[in-house]
Parts: sequence; structure tokens; C-alpha cells
Amino acid sequence: MRKLTIRAAINEALRQEMRRDPNVYVIGEDVGIFGGCFGVTAGLIDEFGPERVVDTPITESAIVGNSLGAAATGLRPVAEIMFMDFVGVTMDQIFNQAAKMRYMFGGKAKIPMVIRMACGAGGSAAAQHSQSLEAWFMHVPGLKVVAPSTAYDAKGLLISSIRDDNPVIFVEHKFIYDIEGEVPEEIYTVPLGKADVKREGDDVTVVATMAMVYKALEAAEELAKEGISVEVVDPRTLQPLDNETIINSVKKTHKVVVVHEAVKFAGPGAEIAAMIAEEAFDYLDAPVKRVGAPFTPVPFSPVLEQAYIPSTEKIIAAIKEVVA
Amino acid sequence: MAVEKEKLQWMYKNMLTIRNFEEKVAELFAAGKCYGFVHLYVGEEAVATGVCANLRKEDYITSTHRGHGHLISKGGDLKLMMAELFGRRTGYCKGKGGSMHIADVELGILGANGIVGGGFPIAVGAGFTAKYKGTDHVVACFFGDGASNQGTFHEALNMASIWKLPVIFVNENNLYGISLSQKKSMNVPDVAARAAAYNIPGLVVDGNDVLAVYEAVQEAVKRARSGEGPTLIECKTYRYRGHFEGDPTVYRSDEEVEEWRKKDPIPRFEATLSQMGIMTEEQMEKIRSEVSEMIEEAVKFAEESPWPSPEEVLEDVYA
Repeated sequence: MRKLTIRAAINEALRQEMRRDPNVYVIGEDVGIFGGCFGVTAGLIDEFGPERVVDTPITESAIVGNSLGAAATGLRPVAEIMFMDFVGVTMDQIFNQAAKMRYMFGGKAKIPMVIRMACGAGGSAAAQHSQSLEAWFMHVPGLKVVAPSTAYDAKGLLISSIRDDNPVIFVEHKFIYDIEGEVPEEIYTVPLGKADVKREGDDVTVVATMAMVYKALEAAEELAKEGISVEVVDPRTLQPLDNETIINSVKKTHKVVVVHEAVKFAGPGAEIAAMIAEEAFDYLDAPVKRVGAPFTPVPFSPVLEQAYIPSTEKIIAAIKEVVA
Repeated sequence: MAVEKEKLQWMYKNMLTIRNFEEKVAELFAAGKCYGFVHLYVGEEAVATGVCANLRKEDYITSTHRGHGHLISKGGDLKLMMAELFGRRTGYCKGKGGSMHIADVELGILGANGIVGGGFPIAVGAGFTAKYKGTDHVVACFFGDGASNQGTFHEALNMASIWKLPVIFVNENNLYGISLSQKKSMNVPDVAARAAAYNIPGLVVDGNDVLAVYEAVQEAVKRARSGEGPTLIECKTYRYRGHFEGDPTVYRSDEEVEEWRKKDPIPRFEATLSQMGIMTEEQMEKIRSEVSEMIEEAVKFAEESPWPSPEEVLEDVYA
């Protein structure tokens, strides 16, 4: 099958959805002629023009609030927040307005909007251009949170997100944009709230998100040589979370390591670990182990940054601890 | 300015409806029948009335924490509003929103808002839809003097201006942001002066003169419908009650309140109507009793409405 990078897969999802539905449009900083800070929206303006590939001033609250107002009145915006770190500027429009509007109005509003944002460390971009803040959004009723790791998932999940009638936070890890994978040319959807087993195994379950899926797979490959069989589960959607797939894996392996690049304390893994403890305690042969970033801002120096980002070695060490 | 007789009569009835509704809510709140925070619009009736007299059903408004007057003026159902304040299942939001979140998207009411300045970008988004779809719908974005100090004010006015979106930014300057006098919160006497920064028209009108508001907004709506972009209209007005019910209002003098009582928009409009020969005292009296009957019916509806069942807490989070 044809291979695409994650970047190109997202671009194709946007293009195909914009062709299908004239109410779908893209809005954000430098998404037009510049093609987006990470090149994700490249070329869209040539096909759809500036009316549907809308360059905004540097004005994140208005980007999100405008999208919300447009969504509530019949359009299906896909907004881009260049770096996930910038989302702080617009939080009120996300968590107090978009997330709650339907509930506050007694179910009488429909908010079909997607907010895409790039997360992740690895380029010495330091504390305000590198964070993984998906747990913030998991905590807000009314939002859905999507975090793909492959090109196939990215395209199918984005199409589902665009067609969803709720505000969706679509998190893209900026250092996996170039990873290629098989992507069908036609339109397809990957359902929200459905995890995917990226590698089957029997001895231990590793629940990993976004860039960490690749490190978990690397760890699994490494440990296979030692006779440890690792199952890697990618939730793909963090809200709603697919408890069932995770628990089914735990029932098989009886041991779990949860891995994410976000800060470990109160990170997405805290919820996943607690859910496993509540729902599948009797199946566990060892305490759930978490691997995440330390409780610090993201540092600048490559040496410090590498110490910060969870490594394959740390994942291997954690797996060995739980299988010991 | 020639305003049709029916419109003038509607304005009068609408202002009275707001006044009676709010005074009734104050009474019910004191009696413990409605809950949470309520911010009443008493004294500011001419603004919402003068603005919404220019709007069609398919036009939009965004409202504020002090929203009852805006909702009534845009056609909000008094019974559903009152039931919401009572926390009942039959309320506008099935008892999930309360005073600060009443909305009726079908009527173009994109919600009251508990966050000061929260409505600006949403209004701009509704204006964006109008432009995107090529309709001539307009949006009235209500906000207070205090809200004009929020960052969203700047972002929204800038965006509406560069894209010439059909939004009328209606400032209700009641001189205070809770307790802080406007004199201490901004270094310009008029909120409207801020329009210059966005190269859009900025006007100051007497917000207690419903016809002055109507006329200014009429021009702004015409401009918006014809694709010429937004306007900022500052309506100087005053809230006779506190910021919220229970506010001790230590930050202003009785004399100041008395001064503004003399400028009460309702008696002023009554005088105008009778001078213009539009309505006699008897006709006004008839409307007064009609309005109080409507309010009583709304209260009765709310009181007799069922409570939501506890399991409804889980509904309506997601579509």
C-alpha cells in the first residue's frame, strides 16, 4: 500500500474532508501560504482559497472563540494552535466556553470543532514550545482528546474528529510528523474511543501514547531477544478512553507499564493506572508502573532534554521491574 | 426619525417586561426560590430593547452575566427563563445552566456567559459564519465596561475589523465593574474611544434613551448587513441594583443612584410616547397589566414545573 508521513496523512484528511463538506475549513496562524508552522496545511490554500484556509493574526483566544461561534452557528472549523504550549492563552474559550456550551444550554447546542495542536519535546525548543499537555484536556468534561501515533490512525482519527459534533482536541506529536506508514487513498474513519494493539504479546502490557508508541515498540523488540513478550496498546483517544481494550490486555498479561512523554505526576498515565486498579485489580500480578517525564519544565540543552524525555532504556527498565 | 407605531409599542412593552421580570426575580431570590447568582438588568432596559428592535429572528446575540434583558429582547420565552432560574427540568437549559447560561440557539441567543469578556470571540465566530455562508445575518455582542479591559475584547475587535465581520459591539457602560469605578479601570472617558484602535466607528449614546440606542444601532446594522464591518456603540447607562443580588453597594453613593433614577429609561419613554401621541396613559396601563400577568404566569409555570431527576446530571455532556 502507498506510504505517507503523518504530516501528509493529516493534510490528506483535511483536503478530503474539505472537498466532501463545504462547511469544513481550516483556520489558524500561518496556515495559508506558509502551509502551517509544521507544514501540515501545505497546499490547501491553492485548492480551497483564503476563504477556507484562513490565516489569522497572532490571536489564539479569537482563533478558538471564533471557531466556537462558527461551530455553534453551523460550520465545522478545524483550528490550528501552532504549538500546544500556546493553548494557555486561549484556555477560557476551550474549557469554559466550547467544552461546556452544550451542557450549560441543556443539550441545545452542537459544537463540531477540532482544535489541532503540536506537542512534544526533542528539538531544544525549551519550556514553552515542547510540552505535552493532553492531561489538561482529559480532565474537562465536554472535550474529546485524540492523540495518534501512526499515519493511518492520524488520517482516520482526524476524519472522525471533523465529523464529530463535539469539540475535539487533536494532539499531534511534532517529532513523529515524518514517520511514514501505510495509508489508504480513499476516505476512511478510525472511531474515537477505540484503542489499538500495536504489537501483541503475552508477558506484559505497555500502554503508550504518540511518540512513546515507537519507543515502546523498540523496547518490545529488544526484550523479545531476552524472551520477554511485550504487548503494546495505543489508546489513540484519551477521552473517551477505551478501558475495555486496555483491560483485556491486562487480563492476558497481568502486568502493566504506562508510558507517555507528558510529566508523570497527574499525567494521562495516572488516570490509566487508576482505571486499571479499579477495574482489573484482581488480574494484576504486580503494581502498575508508570514512565513519564520528570516534574520539571522541558529543558533547553540537548543533554538535559534527552534526560527529560522518557527513553527506550527507561521503558525497558520499567518492564523488567514489573516482570521480575 | 420615523419609527413605526408597532415598533414603539413593542419597545415599551419589552422594557416593561424586563423591568417586571427583574423585579420579580429580585423578590423570588430574596425568598429563596431561585438559586445561585443573579445579576439584574434593572435600569438598563433601553439598551437591549433599542438594540434588538433592529434584529431579525435569524440574527445572533451574545450576552453576559447580566443577560435576562438581552434574552427577553431577542424573544426569549419568559416561562422557560423563569423555570431555569428555579432550576427546573422545563427551563431553557433543563436546570443545567441557571441565570448565567440561559440560551436559545434557535432564536439566535448564543448564551448568557459567566466569564466576563467570554462572549467576544464567540460573537465574532457567528459573524464569521454569516460571511462564510454569504448571508446578511448580523450579531449583537453585548458587554460591560469592565469587559472592555479583557484581552478577548482586543482580539475580537481586531479580528472583526480586519475581516469586516457583521458584528455590532454593544457596550453597556454602567460605570462599575462590580465595585471598581470605570475611572479607575481605564484611562479614557469613553469605551467607544477604543474603536479608533481598530479603525471602526465608535459612538457614544445615551443608553437610557431607547430611541437613541435604536437609531445608532440601526445605522450599525445597516453597515454590518452590507458587508462594511463592525461598529462599537457605547451606551451610557446605570444599574439600579447591585452587581449581584446581595451586593451591599458600598462603592457608590445614594446621591449618585438618585441622579440616575431621574434618568430612568421607562418614565422617559412613557413621556416621549405620550408627547408623540403614540399611546395614552390608559393604553400604557393596559400594557402594564398585561406584562404583570405574563410575569405571574411565568412564575406559576416555574413553580409548578418538575425538578430534574438526579440521573439527568449525566446527560447532555456530549452530542
